[in-house]
Amino acid sequence: MSSRPIFGRLPSRRGILAAGVALGSAGRLLPARAALAAETVTFEGLYKSFGVLGLEFSDRIVALKDRAVRIEGYMAPPLKPESDFFVLTREPLAICPFCQSDADWPLDIVVVYLRGVSPLVSAGSRVAVSGRLELGSFTDGKTGFVSQLRVVDAAYGTA
Amino acid sequence: MSRKLLSVCFLTLAATSALHAQTIYPLDRAEILAGSRFDLKVEFPGSPRQEDVTVTVNGAAPADVLGGPVAFVEKEDGSDRSALWIRGGSIPRPGTYKVEASAGGRSRTVSWEVFGTPERRAKNVILFIGDGLSVAHRTAARILSKGMKEGRYGGELAIDDMPAMALISTSGTDSIVTDSANAMSAYTTGHKTCVNALGVYCALNKNTLEHPKVETIGELAKRHPGGPMAVGVVTNTEIEDATPAGIVSHTRRRSDYNDIVEMFWAVKPDVIMGGGSVNFLPKSTLGSKRVDDQNFVAKFGEAGYRFAPTATAMKAAAADPSTTKLLGLFNTGNVDGALDLKFLKKGTVDKFPDQPDVAEETRAALDILSRSPTGFVLMVESGRIDKYSHSLDPERAIYDTIMLDNAVKAAKDFAGDRNDTLIMVVGDHAHPVSVVGTYDDDRPGDKLRDKLGVYAEAGFPNYEAPGPEGYPPSVDVSRRIAFVFGAYPDFCDSGKPYLAGENVPAVPVPGKRNVYAANERNCSGPMAVRREGNLGFDVSQGVHAADDVVLTATGPGSELFRGRMDNTRVFRIMATALGLAAAKKE
Ligand SMILES: [Zn+2]
Repeated sequence: MSSRPIFGRLPSRRGILAAGVALGSAGRLLPARAALAAETVTFEGLYKSFGVLGLEFSDRIVALKDRAVRIEGYMAPPLKPESDFFVLTREPLAICPFCQSDADWPLDIVVVYLRGVSPLVSAGSRVAVSGRLELGSFTDGKTGFVSQLRVVDAAYGTA
Repeated sequence: MSRKLLSVCFLTLAATSALHAQTIYPLDRAEILAGSRFDLKVEFPGSPRQEDVTVTVNGAAPADVLGGPVAFVEKEDGSDRSALWIRGGSIPRPGTYKVEASAGGRSRTVSWEVFGTPERRAKNVILFIGDGLSVAHRTAARILSKGMKEGRYGGELAIDDMPAMALISTSGTDSIVTDSANAMSAYTTGHKTCVNALGVYCALNKNTLEHPKVETIGELAKRHPGGPMAVGVVTNTEIEDATPAGIVSHTRRRSDYNDIVEMFWAVKPDVIMGGGSVNFLPKSTLGSKRVDDQNFVAKFGEAGYRFAPTATAMKAAAADPSTTKLLGLFNTGNVDGALDLKFLKKGTVDKFPDQPDVAEETRAALDILSRSPTGFVLMVESGRIDKYSHSLDPERAIYDTIMLDNAVKAAKDFAGDRNDTLIMVVGDHAHPVSVVGTYDDDRPGDKLRDKLGVYAEAGFPNYEAPGPEGYPPSVDVSRRIAFVFGAYPDFCDSGKPYLAGENVPAVPVPGKRNVYAANERNCSGPMAVRREGNLGFDVSQGVHAADDVVLTATGPGSELFRGRMDNTRVFRIMATALGLAAAKKE
């Protein structure tokens, strides 16, 4: 893993193991090997189809649901300078949908929920995120932001 | 500034706001179509009680002139103001109306002109919007599409070849520079408003959907005194974007996409075509941007609309003589522009390989709408001329201007010599763009500026002759048009077309909030030159200009266009041609 730690949140094997254990305590216990190896996923591999009537997750993403994953992307300008969540995008966003009223998010975003509130000084940078892959519609209680694909219990470092 | 001076300033400010007079909406000098619906709102600073305010219209009680009921809201939105409202009023009789509001010894008077319309002269109206269409887009499209020899063009563009022409001023109530929302709102309601607003005046309300409304041409056409007309809204942007939304919407904030879909549902234009399907899908659907469970694709289907997700489906639906209502959503976001769609296959063409272009959409819309015995109002937008001008991507903007020309040609073919269809072509606002010469790879020197030929050195570009649709087969030629932007962020310029995909001129500076710098991906080519932005650091793309835009028109009513006019007059001329005054009560 080429990540450099930021704020001591190194997405190390140990961190990912911790995420796996946290998942285990929430319900299904993962086989030790799967918990150890975070599967690397890419923006290109998230969906198998884009249609006017909706998107479809790729088979691999469906298979990795609730498993430890690692994904690289760009941290979008956050809603607040300090937060426990941010949006990861395929390309650096030339616009800030949170800042400008007429801007909009791309479809293939990944919403990242960190393990705690942190200052999001990497906004605009390419980062590597590790955490547990969560799928399905979820509405953020504080912001009303609706997401379909999340990395939770996450940590990140520069990619 | 010293502390003492600062406190004096605060005192002055406070005194001014206490003295601040009432605000009356519609604003002074509003031109109001007789019988059209609008909200009267008077805002009183200092939150007076109802018994301490007076509002009259030509000396009479407002409810007697506009119809009631009057509502009075003290401390509106918990603020220090009171508001008097008549929602959905109308004035049937043309004339000058003086509205006077007074409270606490202060008063404000505004004057409205209520205009009637003579007998209907046009069965149909077609309004073409080239979003951001400026003179340089037109000139460049003509050069690429028609070619030039010895200073003479090889032919006329359909958008140019029209008997009537006017310069249209686009400024809004808040600024000399407009955006596509208030620009379109002026065309569709005849009222000016502020940046980001559609079909409302910009009052002080907190809720974006509660500002004082004015009726749109889509709504008016649906209650035409001669029977409900068919309405079509056609674009290659997201259908919720400002220009198409302007036909049906009332919101202070153009980004209220999910609400705008509900406004389309409320008005039910007979033909709705564009991108932006994700705001029609329930939130449980992957990719949806709704925050509720409403499925508007299903709802429109239940209301008798054919649904077309592709160009093939659109053409099949249009060819079926029983189709009178069509919902065509061809992309989750914006439909790809002509250069990507037809030549480079970039953008989202791999995901959406069967999207129509705007000319094909227009032909399908005309097939369907012409089945309406009561005529139709059709708005067609080539919307990415603006978006590609924001991204400083000349070739894509020029190809989408040629696409607009093809759409206009289809409408002119439809109108033929029927003499019952008013056609207008206009930008909604300008971009600061200009054609300054040519970039010629064969000129001596190794810097981009060495390659720029101006005056006699510019000569003529060497694009190959265009195909039947008017597009040169390639934009990547050795002597190409030098199309420049007058206002820009930091960016790198290589004087070359962006063959790999739409240009991204600037990207966020990591770690800084809302600060942008040149996209380094554009900075490494042999000719790449760094242009230091002349816009604020928080601006990531090109911006609009306050320059007037050109309108051309043909058909009954088009002779009313002349000289320089305000954008609100486009509405007035459409309303006049259609005889929209005193639209029927529902
Ligand atoms: Zn624009």
